[in-house]
Formats: sequence, C-alpha cells, structure tokens
Amino acid sequence: MNMNKSTIGLGVLAAVLALLPLVLPNAYAYDVAIRIAINACVVIGLNLLIGYTGQISLGHAGFFGMGAYASAILTTRLGWPPLAAMAAGAAATALLAFVVARPVLKLKGHYLAMATLGLGIILAIVIVNETAWTGGPDGMSVGAFGVFGFELAGERMWYWVVAVLLLAVTWFALNLIDSPAGRALQAIHGSEIAARVVGVDATAFKVRVFVLSAALASVLGSVTAHYVGFLTPGVAGFFHSIELVTMVVVGGMASVFGSILGAVILTMLPQLLSTFEGWETVVFGAILMLTMIFLPKGLVPTLRLKFPKGDR
Amino acid sequence: MLQVKGLSKTFGGVKAVQDVSFAIKEGTIHSVIGPNGAGKTTLFNLITGVYTPTSGEIFFNGDSVGGKSPDELARRHMSRTFQNLQVCMNMSAIDNVMVGAHLRLNQGLFAAMVRLPSLRRADAACRAEAAELMEFVGVGKYLSTHASQMPYGALKRLEIARALAAKPQMLLLDEPAAGLNHTETGEIEALIRKVADSGVTVVLVEHDMKLVMNLSHHILVLDYGKKLAEGTAAEVRANPDVVAAYLGASA
Repeated sequence: MNMNKSTIGLGVLAAVLALLPLVLPNAYAYDVAIRIAINACVVIGLNLLIGYTGQISLGHAGFFGMGAYASAILTTRLGWPPLAAMAAGAAATALLAFVVARPVLKLKGHYLAMATLGLGIILAIVIVNETAWTGGPDGMSVGAFGVFGFELAGERMWYWVVAVLLLAVTWFALNLIDSPAGRALQAIHGSEIAARVVGVDATAFKVRVFVLSAALASVLGSVTAHYVGFLTPGVAGFFHSIELVTMVVVGGMASVFGSILGAVILTMLPQLLSTFEGWETVVFGAILMLTMIFLPKGLVPTLRLKFPKGDR
Repeated sequence: MLQVKGLSKTFGGVKAVQDVSFAIKEGTIHSVIGPNGAGKTTLFNLITGVYTPTSGEIFFNGDSVGGKSPDELARRHMSRTFQNLQVCMNMSAIDNVMVGAHLRLNQGLFAAMVRLPSLRRADAACRAEAAELMEFVGVGKYLSTHASQMPYGALKRLEIARALAAKPQMLLLDEPAAGLNHTETGEIEALIRKVADSGVTVVLVEHDMKLVMNLSHHILVLDYGKKLAEGTAAEVRANPDVVAAYLGASA
C-alpha cells in the first residue's frame, strides 16, 4: 500500500517534470526550475538525516560548498575532467563527513545543532580565506560541464539533466525508506534504545545517513558550480544551511515529496519577494516560525493527515 | 542459560544493584519482583546492555556479556520490552514489528536504494511474518494502523511482537501488565504463557503479584538493590523477609 502511494507520487513527479517545459515561458523560468530541482535533491538527502533519522544538521551548506569548490578548483586550476572532479569532491566530502560523524553524532539536540553549525562555518571560513585556490570573497568562475566531448550548455539542456537527477534521487530515497535500513533509521528517530535492543547499530546507521546526505549535497554543489559558472563563498554559508533546513521543515519532516514541495516554495519565494530587497531573510525566518507554530509536521504530512486518501 | 555473578551498579553514591547473583534456566519463566526502587529495572538494563556493570559478571549461553552493547546482545538472541513503552510513534504498527527482524534482513543502504530483488523478496516475507506476529499477540486488527493511533494496551502487545520478531532465545519483559486493567492483565498472562510455550525463555519484572505467582517457575526478590530471596512462588510467599519487605517490618 505504502509502495503504491510512492509509485503514484513518483509517476506524478515524472509527469510534472516532463510537461513543465511546455509551460516554462523563458530562460528565467527555466533557471528557477533548475534551482528548485537542485535544492530539492539536497533537501531530500537532508530530510533522510533530519526528518527520518531525527538528527539535525545546520552545516550541510558546508558540504554543498565543498563539492562546488572541489569541482571549480579541480577543473579550472588543475584541468581535471568535470565528472572526475565531481566524484573526487563527493569522495572527499564523504570522507570528511565520515571522520566528523562519529564524535559529532554522539551529541543530541542543541549540542548536535551547534556542532554541525560550527562545522559548516569552518568550511565557509576555509573557502573565504584560501584566496589562492578559491578566489576568496571575490569568488571564482567555473567552466562548463562536459562529458566525453559533449558539453552541457543552455538552460534547456540543464533542465533535463537536473530533472532526471531529481527523479533518480526521489526514487532512491523512496526505496531506502521502505527497506530494512530505512526502517532502522526511522526507529532510531522513534526510540533509539528500542532500535538498539533489536540489534540496530544506531551509531553506524547515523554515520551512514550523515555521509550519504553530505555526499549528495556535495554532488549537487558540483552541479551548481558548473551550472551557474561562478562561485562565491555564500554557497557554503550559514544562511544557505538555514535555507535547506527551512525547506525540510516547511515541506515536511520525514516526507520525500514534502522535501520537493519545500524546495519549490522556498526557492520561488525569494524570486517573488525580490522587490523587498534585503528583507528575504526576515521573511524566511517568519515562515520558519509560522510553520513551527501552525504546521509543526510540515505541509505534506499535515495535508496527509487531513486527507488520508490523498496520494501524496 | 543466563548466569549473573556478584553484579553491582552504582550511580554516584546510590547503590542501585548490589552484589546480586542468580541463574536462569532455559525454557523457564523467571520473575524479578521487589518494592519500587528495588533495582529491578536497573538489573534489566544491566543484563540487556543498556547500562555497564560497576562490577560483577553476566554470562549468556556461557559467554561473558557484561558491558556489551544492546545491539551486540540482540545478535546473541536476547530481546526485551520496556516499562515506559518504547514504540516508535513515527512509524506504522507493522513497521515497528518489522524493525524487530532487523538482524535477519539485508541492512545495506545501497542495496535498498536500488531495490535489489533479493532484498525486496526478503522484505515482503518479513512483512507477512510481522503480520502473523501481530495476530499472535492479539493486535491483528491494527495491521494498517499508525502506531500513534493505537491504544495503550495494544501498544504494549505491539512491543512484545517487535521483540518476538527478533526470534529471541530469551525475552525480558519489563512490567508487561503495568497500566492494564484486570481483563487485559489476564490476556497478557495468557500471551506470556503462549510465548514461553513456544520455547522462549521469559524473564519478567512485574508488580502484579497474581500474574507473577501464576506464571513463574522461579522468582527472584530484590530489595534496596540486594537479593532478598529466591525460589518458587510458594517458597517466596512463605519467606518472612519477603513479607516484611512488602508489608513493613512489623508484619
């Protein structure tokens, strides 16, 4: 039954992604759609960690930035092929996440939030200060993404790439949730002690999902670097981390489709609010607060409870 | 099956369990009783690896297991329930039970993400088994219910179903009848008997004396963290120290 709902959801998502180009009027609309899909992928990964496993991370933009700058540096300064640079960035990010995960994930609640926040800030500081490699606050430009002589150019082509990526990430995440490993993650959230007495190695699972979500963020960081073509340290910054967590919370904790909805709403919002220049941050904060007060479960889980027969 | 030798646990200056020794034979129902604060749950937490003993040893099937982690003990086929219900309220009832079978399933993240056929088949079989277990403990009508929408009595049974899904050799039940009414307690009693009859060694912490006396082959009495008495139901009932501990010294 559960699997059926997921299949329907996946079908709806595929249809929407396939038909969207029919209504996207211009390059700007494509650009917004691409940014939504990129954010949605990162947020799905983050939701596996926060919503499903119950472990907060306020530092995921750090991992995103690490992937972005790994791609930028390796391709422009060392002449690596983009795909190899992306893989190396993801591997390095996964390694870093693995090393810090054990000590960090021993912490709970506020302490875990502070530790991951610190980690993200450290990564952002490194990016700002290593001016020789990263260009520092001035940023650095990144070449186009090419594989085997085929180069990605233009919003339309990028759209199809990130659309397929989003569909794949969604499918992977839905599969994971409906599996022994996925249930173990959710059980750690529900009652860590209960999970452990039935044999779930809680520490190992927390580390694995942390590494997975960090590596995914890194890959999408690489994608962003090549897509946008220019990087500034903001991609690894605290505000970006908060944005990602807000998308998880607004869309819905422990909901894959909620993650996508969260990404849609909070990526489009700044575009709509661009007239209030500088005040987007305040609006973001207000949305997070209002969600916590009125929809603590987030949009999708709340709607699912209101309309139990709805397929999303 | 289980031997406990000179087990002690102190929290700061509080001696929660002091120099307790006993043995549990395979295939029996063994109860641990005692007044509130006697150290029964602490003893359970020591045996199941939730706490590390301050001193003393625990042997399970001949291996020293004192201080081993709960998941390590689960691998050795020990399972338990909790006094303060530990059902995962973020999951459906049947998923809760399926978590109990964790060690028998493919736990890989990547195998799960790509929907490995062998993993899917085993998972489907596990779901069917979990449904049978829910019938067995008497919560069959909650097959498609979310855990957060189940009544308290059903959750207590669901927790037993989860523990059984691990296919334990030894099952520790921490106050299975707490908070249940008279009828429900009778049903739990029948269920525990059914579980024991299926070949699982049961260890019970319980305040309901009728239940304890009806079920137990052997009873261990704790008071202020120390072993006060041990024996069959009749022996324990006749022991003057036990009567004094429960009713006050002058009784």
